[in-house]
Amino acid sequence: MTRNRGGGRSWPAGVALTLLLAWLVLYPIVLLVVDGLQGDALRTFVARSGEWRALWASVWISLASVVLAAGIGVPLAFLFEWFEFPGRKLLGSLIALPAVLPPFVGVIAFLFLYGESGFAARFLQFVFRFQQAPWHLQGAGAILLVHAYSMYVYFYLFARAGLARLDAATLEAAQALGAGRWRTIVRVVLPLIRPSLAGAALLTFMTSLGSFSAPYVFGGGFRVMTTQIFASKQNGELGVAMVETVALALVALAGLVLLRRTEGDAILAGLGKGTAPRRRALRRPLVRAATTLAGWGLAVLLLLPHATLVLVSLVPYATWTTETLPPVLSLVNYGRLFAEPERLEPLVNSFWMAAVSTSLAVAVGLAAGWLVVRRRVALRRWIEGLLALPWALPGTVFAIALATAFSVSAPAQLRWILVGTVVLLPLAYFVRNLPVTGRAILAGYRQLDPALEEAAASLGAGGWRTLRRVTLPQLKPALAAGASLAFVGALGDFVTSILLYTYRNRPISMEINAALRVNEIGVAAAFGVVLMAVSAIVLSIGARR
Amino acid sequence: MGVEEAFLSLDELRVRFSDTVTIGPVSLTIARGEILALLGPSGSGKTTLLRMLAGFERPDGGTVRIEGEDVTAVPPARRRVGMVFQHYALFPHLDVGENVAFGLHGKGKAGRGRGEIVAEVLSLVDLAGFERRKVQELSGGQQQRVALARALAPAPRVLALDEPLSNLDPSLRERTRRELRQLIKRIGITAVFVTHEQEEAFDLGDRVAVLSAGRLNQVGTPEDLYERPANLFVGTFVGRANVLRGAAARALGATDGEVILVRPEQLRFGAGAGERSGLNGVVAERRYTGAAAFFQVDLEAGERVEVEAEPRAARVGDRVCIVAVRTLRLADRQGEV
Repeated sequence: MTRNRGGGRSWPAGVALTLLLAWLVLYPIVLLVVDGLQGDALRTFVARSGEWRALWASVWISLASVVLAAGIGVPLAFLFEWFEFPGRKLLGSLIALPAVLPPFVGVIAFLFLYGESGFAARFLQFVFRFQQAPWHLQGAGAILLVHAYSMYVYFYLFARAGLARLDAATLEAAQALGAGRWRTIVRVVLPLIRPSLAGAALLTFMTSLGSFSAPYVFGGGFRVMTTQIFASKQNGELGVAMVETVALALVALAGLVLLRRTEGDAILAGLGKGTAPRRRALRRPLVRAATTLAGWGLAVLLLLPHATLVLVSLVPYATWTTETLPPVLSLVNYGRLFAEPERLEPLVNSFWMAAVSTSLAVAVGLAAGWLVVRRRVALRRWIEGLLALPWALPGTVFAIALATAFSVSAPAQLRWILVGTVVLLPLAYFVRNLPVTGRAILAGYRQLDPALEEAAASLGAGGWRTLRRVTLPQLKPALAAGASLAFVGALGDFVTSILLYTYRNRPISMEINAALRVNEIGVAAAFGVVLMAVSAIVLSIGARR
Repeated sequence: MGVEEAFLSLDELRVRFSDTVTIGPVSLTIARGEILALLGPSGSGKTTLLRMLAGFERPDGGTVRIEGEDVTAVPPARRRVGMVFQHYALFPHLDVGENVAFGLHGKGKAGRGRGEIVAEVLSLVDLAGFERRKVQELSGGQQQRVALARALAPAPRVLALDEPLSNLDPSLRERTRRELRQLIKRIGITAVFVTHEQEEAFDLGDRVAVLSAGRLNQVGTPEDLYERPANLFVGTFVGRANVLRGAAARALGATDGEVILVRPEQLRFGAGAGERSGLNGVVAERRYTGAAAFFQVDLEAGERVEVEAEPRAARVGDRVCIVAVRTLRLADRQGEV
């Protein structure tokens, strides 16, 4: 029996952590709302029809992304979880690969592949002797293409996990009661995995609402809220940018509340205790061959962006003009990344900022885990809520909020000038990392048997020794998972960086953007490959058990 | 027992979880080298009592003394109470030897290295040479013994065991019970353990403390509890018992506000109907167990009693007269049983 006494003597630590989180997470948002609603920016916002169009575009693009991602991800999940065919295992893990592409890198890979002068267009021009590129990769369609490609993974992974938890006996019961295959899927399977699907839908919606890279590169005249905010800030209309940010935040919160409702109760998931249905081997040779072929075709399609990036990274400057395939390939771009100091600097910057922000987020996550799960301090709901808040708001919102909060020197209000210093960007990464590390570490703490720590205490171990010898080794998988996701997120960040970077801490994504402007596509791609490779390595370390 | 003999004493220990759940006040003394069982149904507060002894729960009032020293405010890490957890709580990332050595940190005993102590304790629990094994590779019984060895290694003053046998197969439980008792007696350590099984408490404990709803009902030897239960709860929780009220009770000598408690083996089938102080009834069910049989008899007074007798003593449907060899008169307290 454990007792809830509001944490006993830990309450000062609980209050301290709550205040720290409130200052970092909640306070900037409050300042943003207060500052944004002063002056006539609100009136300007309401009067401009472009603002409303952008807001509506954000909403419908996000909803369409959910539908597209579900349409691709859910059938794939059924295929890989329920059927057995040659190469299933390998394909099943390849298919999650879009996840290792940081958003901005994925977008430029798409540009190189499907853009007007990309491989696909050049190939068709070559085959059919077109005079011009057969299409423009621009506008809502292009954005949706990128979103569908990068976000179906959420549905695929969540639905697979849900299907794996199903109890085979439930499905057999439905069949014994006379339900056919479709009826079983519609009436039994889908309702049972609804929490997984709702989780994926929520994640997809929030990610597309905050998506900046795709609309920034492919949007053209088509504006969504994130690019609208960026444009306002570039035009010096800071007040309007703030109002736009508040509007985007409201849409995000509304989406969160509405989609949370559909998640339903977890009682359904809690029932399943049996084993998952056995995979059915596809026996008919034709079906088997077609499935295998389609599977491999899909894998190639999914890996094309990665391959494109590698290929373009091997193209030296100004050697590729009208040819279908680049005529010269060399490693010169990679040499330039490390030999030219102004290229090396962004690499170093991104690494130190990702490392520092991740370490801080892990430290806060550990403190939160201890206070919330072990000490059960009175403010634990606040701590959990504040940790999760940055996840509920798009990156643009937080970037603008932090820029607002730390653009004045008012120590009495706990505000200092950080805009223009190297501190602000890693601080923003840290705040953005809090939900993912906090969630992983809290979950790890909850799975930890409190008896282990008590056993250590009964054997004479003090607080630090218990933490070092028992708690941390047990939390290692959770720490690795949370830290690796946070590190990869910070390393490849584009949306926060573009709003908050200074020349002295410019990260890799800004350097890629700059290289693209001057047509140094080889260097841009080489940076992309480095990001992709490091992300894959870090994520695989984090996923190891 | 005299106060000077008390090695471990709990004095007026109490704790409140909510308005409805309170444990204590409980007072208990335990002699050096004694094994005490805390017996009670789930939710009776027995585990909480054990955790207060080990220092994991802080009492709202009362004191815990070990060898006369007040340890109520001493944290678990410095209390020197060895604990065996219900699910053992072995550290999964450490091997058997490292688990056992965990409590020997910073304890350089004169002339003996840590390795030596670990080897000695492991051989004590019959696991000599298991140092480098992973704990996940061990059977349930072996894990239990590693947990015991780990608790014993730092030479605690008291050993606390939380349902130490509940995680074992029933077939293994009885043997382990006896081995556990022999081991504790050989070391001579004072031990307190929690169980909800009467048989286990009787087998393992020198004395048994019976708890219900956070209250201590009775402390005594197994014989005391079985033959002289302090109240109706102890009488029915410890061993099988028939509880008779009303006419049947009055026929056996109970006065108002009293019930009659009679064990199945203390009832006997009489020679025939009409015998003095007998209860007449019809055999409704018979359950055969080999050496004996349990007969469910519906009494004319409307109650049903269980009689343990020789298997061929009666058949279902027989009209019988039951004679009580020995009965207990206990106060009939509302809300109990």
